[in-house]
Amino acid sequence: MNSALNAIDCDVHPNVPDMKALLPHLEEYWRATVEERGINSLETVAYPPGAPLTARPQWRGKNGRAATAVPELTTQVCDRWHADVAILNCLYGVNLLFSEDMAAAFTRGLNDWVAREWLDRDPRLRASIVLPTQNTEYAVDEIERCAKDRRFVQVLVLAMQEVPLGRRQFWPIYAAAERHGLPLGIHAGSTFRHSTTSLGWPSYFIEDYAAQTQAFQSQVASLVCEGVFAKFPGLKVVLLESGVTWLPGFLWRFSKFWRGVRSEVPWVDRSPAEIVRDHVRLTIQPFDAPADPDQVERAIDHLRSDAILLYASDFPHWQFDGDQRMPAGIPAGLHRKILVDNALATYDRLKSL
Amino acid sequence: MNIEVRQPERTAKARVGIFDCDIHPKSALEDLRPYLSNRWWDYLQTYGQRQRHGYVKGFPYPKSQPLASRRDSWPPGGGLPASDLNFMREQHLDLYGIEWGIMNPLSPTGQGEQNDELSAAMAFAANEDQLERWNRREPRLKASVVIPYENAELSVQEIRKRAGDRRFAHVLFLSRTSELLGKRRYWPIFEAAVEAGLPIGVHVFGSSGRPMSNTGWPSFYIEEITEHSASLAASVTSLIVEGVFERYPELKFVLIEAGFAWIPALGWRLDQNWKRMKDEVPHLRRAPSEYLREHFWVSTQPMEEPEEPDHVIDVMSWIGWDKILFASDYPHWDFDDPFLALPPSLSEERRNKIYSGNAKGLYRFD
Amino acid sequence: MAKHVVATVGDIPPGTRKLAQVNGRAIVVFNLGGEFFALNNRCPHRGGSLHHGKQTGLVESNEPGNYCYSRPGEIIRCPWHGWEFDIRTGQSWCDPTRVRARQYAVSVQPGTRLVAGPYVAETVPVTVEGDYVVVEA
Repeated sequence: MNSALNAIDCDVHPNVPDMKALLPHLEEYWRATVEERGINSLETVAYPPGAPLTARPQWRGKNGRAATAVPELTTQVCDRWHADVAILNCLYGVNLLFSEDMAAAFTRGLNDWVAREWLDRDPRLRASIVLPTQNTEYAVDEIERCAKDRRFVQVLVLAMQEVPLGRRQFWPIYAAAERHGLPLGIHAGSTFRHSTTSLGWPSYFIEDYAAQTQAFQSQVASLVCEGVFAKFPGLKVVLLESGVTWLPGFLWRFSKFWRGVRSEVPWVDRSPAEIVRDHVRLTIQPFDAPADPDQVERAIDHLRSDAILLYASDFPHWQFDGDQRMPAGIPAGLHRKILVDNALATYDRLKSL
Repeated sequence: MNIEVRQPERTAKARVGIFDCDIHPKSALEDLRPYLSNRWWDYLQTYGQRQRHGYVKGFPYPKSQPLASRRDSWPPGGGLPASDLNFMREQHLDLYGIEWGIMNPLSPTGQGEQNDELSAAMAFAANEDQLERWNRREPRLKASVVIPYENAELSVQEIRKRAGDRRFAHVLFLSRTSELLGKRRYWPIFEAAVEAGLPIGVHVFGSSGRPMSNTGWPSFYIEEITEHSASLAASVTSLIVEGVFERYPELKFVLIEAGFAWIPALGWRLDQNWKRMKDEVPHLRRAPSEYLREHFWVSTQPMEEPEEPDHVIDVMSWIGWDKILFASDYPHWDFDDPFLALPPSLSEERRNKIYSGNAKGLYRFD
Repeated sequence: MAKHVVATVGDIPPGTRKLAQVNGRAIVVFNLGGEFFALNNRCPHRGGSLHHGKQTGLVESNEPGNYCYSRPGEIIRCPWHGWEFDIRTGQSWCDPTRVRARQYAVSVQPGTRLVAGPYVAETVPVTVEGDYVVVEA
């Protein structure tokens, strides 16, 4: 059936219009809490609503928001850009809350909203299970609850956490994800437990957004060094909206140091570069491409893997202009892999397509 | 029958004298005594330094080798690595034909010390010590202007004391500052450096007091040393985006010991986002990658080791052959041997630029 | 390849090592519990002198958080970048199939045989007392 597929879009974003939209999906106590405490919005400054990156002008609705309903997304992503399947990664800020109970409740409501308002309305849509990483047990509960619905194809966490994701306190999440054949999706964004850079709070949003790649580097290092892939050999990780061109240089440095300092983490039994090529995938938007297509081709060479890139439009984020969703310079021979094959190999629950 | 290897088993690849941008001479606290007031000497004896990581001695991410040094760098006559000038000459300066070396002392210097005044007192002392114990006896070793960088006023004072003294190569920061380098609190320091005609060297390490990644504290030393390029990228971004180079067009930075393979991708990412969001930063008149290209130099160490050796040539050409400076990091364990560190396929012209030509163009002393 | 006497057995007690010049090459000879092994002194990574490195044990793990330390003294770590080499085989631990420290055959020969036979060290005086460590290089 593969040849019938045109594209699998691995990163698109439905937007919650406001907390009212989640009310039907919350338990009674939490509905009352939202109303009584005036909790109107969980939008985060990881994507300031008005910032150009957050949405192209022509995709914004009357309230300035994009992708608040199915047709807004599917006409662009599926119809215009030929995605047979699109994976919804909802970034509503439930992960910033400090109360573990509130976070878990709102996350349940959010995942149910995605299922009812999106997945139920268009068979081309799939989604990630947003996880309340504030509490590992609650996160595992949420995986068990949502995994029954096979339209959930991944579990989702944000790139900037309170502690690095490789830490053992998170391992029950990876056990559950591995058990269900769900990759761990790490998406750009922050729980805002720390400043957006390790040296403090930048003055400008451009800097905050640039800083996302630093988080991804630290997360990959953590997952490898803590032995997550040794412990959970079936686990795959997808880096969503991380950029692409940062990866080779990072792996060179990381692998070089591993060769000398290996005995500190002896369960890392082969080069980090090999482990990453086996277990980690990256979506292609943003690519952070050089202007010269020849350099793009060289940069792809540096990745040393045909299997690592996954197509994504990152709709409605504004990463490219027009329909130029595949950066110029990617060898034609890789297109099909990026558009379809690599996603099918990564997401167990898409294999039946 | 006891034979010690004195000569390296390698052919000398360098025809030119080598310019080493990163050497770490080791002085003891006692060596700073002549330059410290009684008040601060007594303070150090009683309360000691407090450098935001919590330990009196050592680090919460313990190094992989004692003092993070090459095991063969401990002088046979005793003392700590790089504390013995004669042994440093024998093992490094003379052995490799180092024409000039820049000293970036790491301790004791008081950089990152919680107390600004103590930091300033130690900076002054470290600078005097570099001149007296090291440069006077070995003029090949140029000094850095150690500054108490968390206090701009005191840093400016120290830079002004040293301005015009050609024994100083650059102003020294450690990379883990408590705020991003582009923030206004550091601007007076940049102004003073430009006035003095000195580039700024930013050497990895230090303690910001914050978790050393933007997603919390990692567990392992290997994570700590890998992460340096990421945090330095944040400060480089900050310097560019805050418009520091519009304000100080003569300002130059040398990035030391963070590797360099991350530079092109940073420029591409910043350019892509700036294209879209120029309105956020109207003070920037050019693309971020242009500021990156013009105002930053990188040192070679630790030399990147891709699985395919040619890939590092790609990256070096993307950065620019005139922006790369050789550094050894003597006496640390991740030291780069000048004769073996550079990719063997480099042309002699490029090799010579990296060994000395680029540094001679950047650093003005003879 | 020729055989070279590099030391008497007494020169290299168990657990120690000795640097020798053989045919213009620096070679480090180890005594592991009475067995002798010799490696090219030059680390195949970036040329560090293995003779100056730390002899340590083998560190392995079957699971994150588990540290299994065995074979004390049988691993030599380059004094520079810390690469680990198995003294018995020369294999590196970070890339066992592709990277190894070059090994040399070592044997212990009684002094009388050495003096009598064709093998005489150029730089090392040989007497008939005791046993000698002989490197083939």
